Amino acid sequence: MTNPTFTSAGARTADAPGPAGLSIRHAVMELGDGDTKVKALDDVSLDVAPGEFLAIVGPSGSGKSSLLAVAGALASPDSGTVSINGQDLSQLSRGKRAAFRLANIGFVFQSGNLIPALTAADQLRLVNRLAGGPKNFDPAVLLESVGMAHRAANRPAQLSGGERQRVGIARALVSGAKLLLVDEPTASLDRARSREVVELLARQSHEHGVATVMVTHDHDVLGYCDRVAEMVDGRLGAPAPVR
Amino acid sequence: MFLALRELIFARGRFSLMGGVIALIAVLMVMLSGLSSGLVNDGVSGLKSMPVTAFAFDQGTKTDNAFSRSVIDDQQLNAWRGTAGVAAAEKMGVGMANATTDSGKQIDLTLFGVEPGSFLEPSRSAGTALGAADGIVVSSTAKAEGIDLGTVVTLDRIGTKLKVVGFTEGQATFGHVDVAYLPLKTWQLIASGQAAPGTPSSAQLSALSFDTASVVAVQAEPGTKLDLAAGDTTAGTSSKSLSAAFNASPGYEAETMTLSMIQVFLYAICALVVGAFFTVWTIQRKHEISVLRAIGASTSYLLRDGLAQAAILLVGFTALGVAAGLGLGAAMPDAMPFALEAAPIAIATALTIGLGLIGAAVAVVRISRIDPLNALGGQR
Repeated sequence: MTNPTFTSAGARTADAPGPAGLSIRHAVMELGDGDTKVKALDDVSLDVAPGEFLAIVGPSGSGKSSLLAVAGALASPDSGTVSINGQDLSQLSRGKRAAFRLANIGFVFQSGNLIPALTAADQLRLVNRLAGGPKNFDPAVLLESVGMAHRAANRPAQLSGGERQRVGIARALVSGAKLLLVDEPTASLDRARSREVVELLARQSHEHGVATVMVTHDHDVLGYCDRVAEMVDGRLGAPAPVR
Repeated sequence: MFLALRELIFARGRFSLMGGVIALIAVLMVMLSGLSSGLVNDGVSGLKSMPVTAFAFDQGTKTDNAFSRSVIDDQQLNAWRGTAGVAAAEKMGVGMANATTDSGKQIDLTLFGVEPGSFLEPSRSAGTALGAADGIVVSSTAKAEGIDLGTVVTLDRIGTKLKVVGFTEGQATFGHVDVAYLPLKTWQLIASGQAAPGTPSSAQLSALSFDTASVVAVQAEPGTKLDLAAGDTTAGTSSKSLSAAFNASPGYEAETMTLSMIQVFLYAICALVVGAFFTVWTIQRKHEISVLRAIGASTSYLLRDGLAQAAILLVGFTALGVAAGLGLGAAMPDAMPFALEAAPIAIATALTIGLGLIGAAVAVVRISRIDPLNALGGQR
């Protein structure tokens, strides 16, 4: 394990260990009102163990994003429970949830979603500062592990799509998160870059023992995943092993 | 401020444009402040420099131009002299005159008739004290009109000749016209309409039976708060403290109100422009902020960062603008009433920065309403 790991006090409950990784039980979430009401999540249960790389596929509007939002403490389900490393998210206030996300969840968004003003190294430094990480934090270690050490001083505009995603992955790992949520990481990449990025995700997930959930449309990259589940109309299909 | 500083450098083009506007507002603000102080000096520096606590005008005198309109007599003077807490009270005559110097130059003078040797006698930078029937002490700014010690000034129409015997310490103007101090008796001779062409003689003065003047100048005993209302009741006057009496000088209120209004508008514009800029800037950063919030950045961190950015921008460019304004102000032509004074400029600088920050704060608060859920899905 090459990246420094730390937690913010109070964000993790030491005395209630529970299952490590992500655990969702009977989550139901409805979006919209009246006629436009849709069940984004319809009794979804899901477990992802540390070091496991799960892909979720499904058509647009099937509830994949809602699942990510709920798993990432960005939204609360109408019923059901979500716990991460044994912490029940419904027990946390809004402000505590932000601190919890910072310490425990890494996000990789579409096309990286890096801050335009910051160099690759500063993207990582900012998250380290936000999380109250060590003063002597060296972004080069993580950038090296995603093969981006040579681009440390470049801003997002100077990076290619694949490079941006690599920096985004490194950024998601800064605070030593044990859950990685990945939203359409290959949406704007060609096939070769897509494979590289997903391979990197799989490697990081296995090496660092991180539970990873990736939402994707890209069936080409599913070969790198430990499990694949399909989502249709808010229901999660039985995950089928792919290897 | 990690993010704030890097964004300032990254978007330096946009921030410099905004900073340029702030700096220009600051320049304008220094100019207006200088002009305002200059006009005040031009209007009432003759009063400002007097060791007077209050002026008592005849009861019922209209405020505007009250100095030359009011008429008071010895009875009112004596009533004031008998008022508790009054150290000294003197009659003072105020009048405007057109005159011609002996070299044929036409000038305007405000005639302040004061008792020679009294506390109203001005401190001089040159020449001798008041005393001679025809001797006048004029504002040092009158030197620019070609007036010198020994210059003889002839009052238009009545032809009375007065001789410059001294200059005041610093500027003494009233209603934008240079002040000429003269003995009260001479002033009364002119005011009574009995002055003859030529130099007034002491015989003429002693023959004069005219004891009124314009106002009673009152000086309080050091450390006492004068009860003006009580004095007014016994003396039949309406008195104003020195600074309140400025409004009774010609055009003073109209000028200062006009300038104050322009300054108020300038502050409002500053707050609005800065607010508008940071509103657009925050909306532009909406996606980036939702990403930061999704990652787990606290609202207070993002708000502090945004406000720090606005503060750096405002303080930096206001300082630049004030410096440029001071430089420009120093190069103003003498004919322009302009005075750079530290206190009003400091207040104006603080107001520009403060109101700009309020404008920015209203815009930056939007950060707290940006939903971290926006980070999921495509770039919008």
